[in-house]
Amino acid sequence: MINHDDYVKINIGPSHPAMHGTLRVVAYTDGETVVSADPEIGYLHRGVEKLGEHLSYHQFIPITDRLNYCSAICNNVSYEMAVEKLLGVSAPEKAQLVRIIMMELARIADHQVCVGILGVDLGAFTPFFYLIIQREEIYEIFEHYNGARLTNTFGRIGGVEADLPKDFEQRWKKLKEGIARANEETDKLLTHNRIWMDRTIGVTTFSAEDALAWGFTGPCLRACGVKRDLRKDEPYSVYDRFDFEVPVGKYGDVFDRYMVRMREMEESVKIIDQAFKLYKDMPADAPLMAKVPKTIKPPAGEVYSAIESPNGELGFFIKSDGSDKPYRIKIRPPCYMVYQAFPEMVKGEMIADLIACLSSLNVIAGELDR
Amino acid sequence: MNDLIIALIKVVFIWVWVLLIAVVMTWVERRGAAMIQDRPGPNRAGPFGLLQPLADGIKLFTKEDIIPAKAKKLLFILGPILFSLPAFSAYAVVPFGDKIILGGKEIILQVADVNIGFLYIVALGSMAVYGIVVGGWASNNKYSILGGLRATAQLISYEVPWGLALLAIVLVYGTFSLREIALAQQGTFLGILPNWGVFKQPLGFILFIVAAYAEANRVPFDLPEAESEIVSGYHTEYGSMRLGVYLFGEYVNLCTLSALIVTFFFGAWHLPYINMASFLGPISYGIASFLVFFLKVSFFLWLFVWVRWTVPRFRYDQVMGLGWKALIPLGLLNLFLTALAIQLTA
Repeated sequence: MINHDDYVKINIGPSHPAMHGTLRVVAYTDGETVVSADPEIGYLHRGVEKLGEHLSYHQFIPITDRLNYCSAICNNVSYEMAVEKLLGVSAPEKAQLVRIIMMELARIADHQVCVGILGVDLGAFTPFFYLIIQREEIYEIFEHYNGARLTNTFGRIGGVEADLPKDFEQRWKKLKEGIARANEETDKLLTHNRIWMDRTIGVTTFSAEDALAWGFTGPCLRACGVKRDLRKDEPYSVYDRFDFEVPVGKYGDVFDRYMVRMREMEESVKIIDQAFKLYKDMPADAPLMAKVPKTIKPPAGEVYSAIESPNGELGFFIKSDGSDKPYRIKIRPPCYMVYQAFPEMVKGEMIADLIACLSSLNVIAGELDR
Repeated sequence: MNDLIIALIKVVFIWVWVLLIAVVMTWVERRGAAMIQDRPGPNRAGPFGLLQPLADGIKLFTKEDIIPAKAKKLLFILGPILFSLPAFSAYAVVPFGDKIILGGKEIILQVADVNIGFLYIVALGSMAVYGIVVGGWASNNKYSILGGLRATAQLISYEVPWGLALLAIVLVYGTFSLREIALAQQGTFLGILPNWGVFKQPLGFILFIVAAYAEANRVPFDLPEAESEIVSGYHTEYGSMRLGVYLFGEYVNLCTLSALIVTFFFGAWHLPYINMASFLGPISYGIASFLVFFLKVSFFLWLFVWVRWTVPRFRYDQVMGLGWKALIPLGLLNLFLTALAIQLTA
C-alpha cells in the first residue's frame, strides 16, 4: 500500500483528450512516473443489460449497437447468434456470408480507429487521417446497406434483412486498394520510425501467463503471444471455410498490439475476398432469413454464445423463462477484462506510457460500462 | 537624428514583418497539415482561407478573458508576455538582408549589429522558459505545472547543445556578430562548396536544428503542451487573447529560429556561386538580399510544419536522454574537432 500523501494526484478524465469516451483514471504520480493508477468506470453506464429484460428479443438489437460503437455490426451479430442458438435455428448460408463480410468490414474499421488514435495519442497525427478516410469508405458501404453508419442495427434474428448492395463488388474493389494504401502509409510513417519504436517497444509488456490469468482475449491476448482466435479455435458461422492467419506478437507491449491490429486488417481483407467469392456462387434467390416466428418466445433455458469481436471475445449470456422477453441478459465485453489489468500494466511507467497503453488496449467505454 | 529615424523604421518594419510571418504561419500550418493529411483545411474565410488568421484573431480578442479563481493573477497575466517578448526581442540582432543604399546613405538591413549578438541570442533564448514556467505555475493546475516542469527541464537541457553548436560556429568565423558571420559566408571553399556554415559544420548544423526544435517546443519535442497527455500543458487554463499570445509567441519563435538557422548555416542572404552584389544596383541588391534571406527562412518554417505532421512525440525521459547523452557529448566533440581543425590549418 502506498502512502498517497507523498504523491501528486492527477485526475485523468472523464473529460480528457486521451480518454476516449468517458474513462477516468486517478493516477498518483511521482514526477512523471505513475505510482498507481486506478481506473474508475461507470461514466457511460446506461443499464444495457437491465434494459434487455424489458425489451423483446428483436427490440434489443439496436441497444447492442451502443456497446462497442466502433464495430456495432459485430455486437449485433453476436447477440443475434446467441438468440438463434437459444431458438435452435441457424441463419441460412447466404445470410452467414453477408454477416461475415459486414463483420470483417467492421473489424477493419475498428482497428483503423484504434491504430489511428494510438498514433494521435503518441503525437503522430497524420496516420489517423489516412486511416479515417478509408473508414469513411467502409461506412459508405454500411450506409448503402441499411442507411446507418455508426449504429447499424444490422441483421435480424435468423438472418439478415437485406442482400448486399448491388454495387458492393465495385466499392469493395476500390476500398481494398484504399485500405492497402492507408495501411502502407501508416506502416511507413510509424512502424520503423525510431521515435515510434522507442515509444512503443517494451512499453507496458505483459506476459502470456498474466494475460490468460486476467482473462485477456482478442488482439491484446494475441499480442502477448497466445494464438487464440475464436474464428479459428471455436469456429462459428462459416469461418471454418476460410483460409486466414492469426497474427500473434511476442511481448505484449504497445508495439505488438499495434502490429497485431495492423496485420489483422490484412487478414480481414483476405476473409472478405473469400467470403465474397462464395457469396457470388450462391443463387440470387437463396434465402436470407431462417424460419423464425414473428414474436420470439424461446423455450425456457439459458445459452452463452461468443464471437471474436475486434476487441476480443464478445459473449452474450441469455436466460429465457419462455416469455417474449429475456429473463436475463449478461454481456461479456472484452474490454472489461483487459481494463482490469490496466493498473498492473502501467505501474512504474511514465504518464505518456499510461496514455499509450490505454490507447493500445482499445478500451471502449460503451462496451466497458454497458 | 537621421540615424535614429532609420533605426526606428527598421524596428517597426521588422516588428511588423515578423508579426505578419507569424500570422501567415498559422495559416501555413493549418493548410500544410491539411495538405499532408489529405483534407481541405480552412478554406472558407477569404480565398484559400487566407483570412482565417484574421478570423481567429477576432475570435480570440472578443472571447471572455477568464482568469481562474485560484490562479496567481499577476503571474498569470505576465506569463504570455514573458513568453513572447524574448521571441520578438531576439530578432533585433538577426539580419534580414545585406544592405541597401538610399540617398547615398548605406543602411544595414539589421536592427542592431551588436558585436555580442551571439550572446544576446543565447541569453534571450533562455528567457522564453520563464514565460512557460510562470504561466504553468500561476495557473494552479496540475497539468499546467507538469507542462511547466517539462518545459523547464527540456529548454534548459537543450540550451547546452544549442550553445555548443553555436560556439563551434563562432570558432569557425571568429566573431560574435551575426552580420559578420553572415558576411563571411560568401563565396566558396575547397573549390566547389558554398562557403556556408552547414558545409563547415555539418554536425553542428544537425545539433543546432534538433536543439532548435526542442527550444521551439515543436513536435517531436512538444512535451510541454502534449495534448494527449497533459491536455494543453502550460496553457491549459489560458483562453482568449492570452492563449493567442502564447500561440503567437510560438510562431514568432519559429521565425527567429529559422532566421538563425539561415544566418548561421545557410549563407544568410548569399546565393551559392552567384554574387548578387556584382550585377545588381544598390537598391535592387538590398531588396534581392532580403528576398533571398526570407526564401530560405520560409523553407525552414515549412520544415517545422512538415516535421510536426510527420513524426510522433518523444517521451520525457527520452528527451532528456537524447539531450544529455547524445547531443551534449556530440556538441563537445564537435567543438573539440573544430578547434583542432582550426589549430591545424591556422
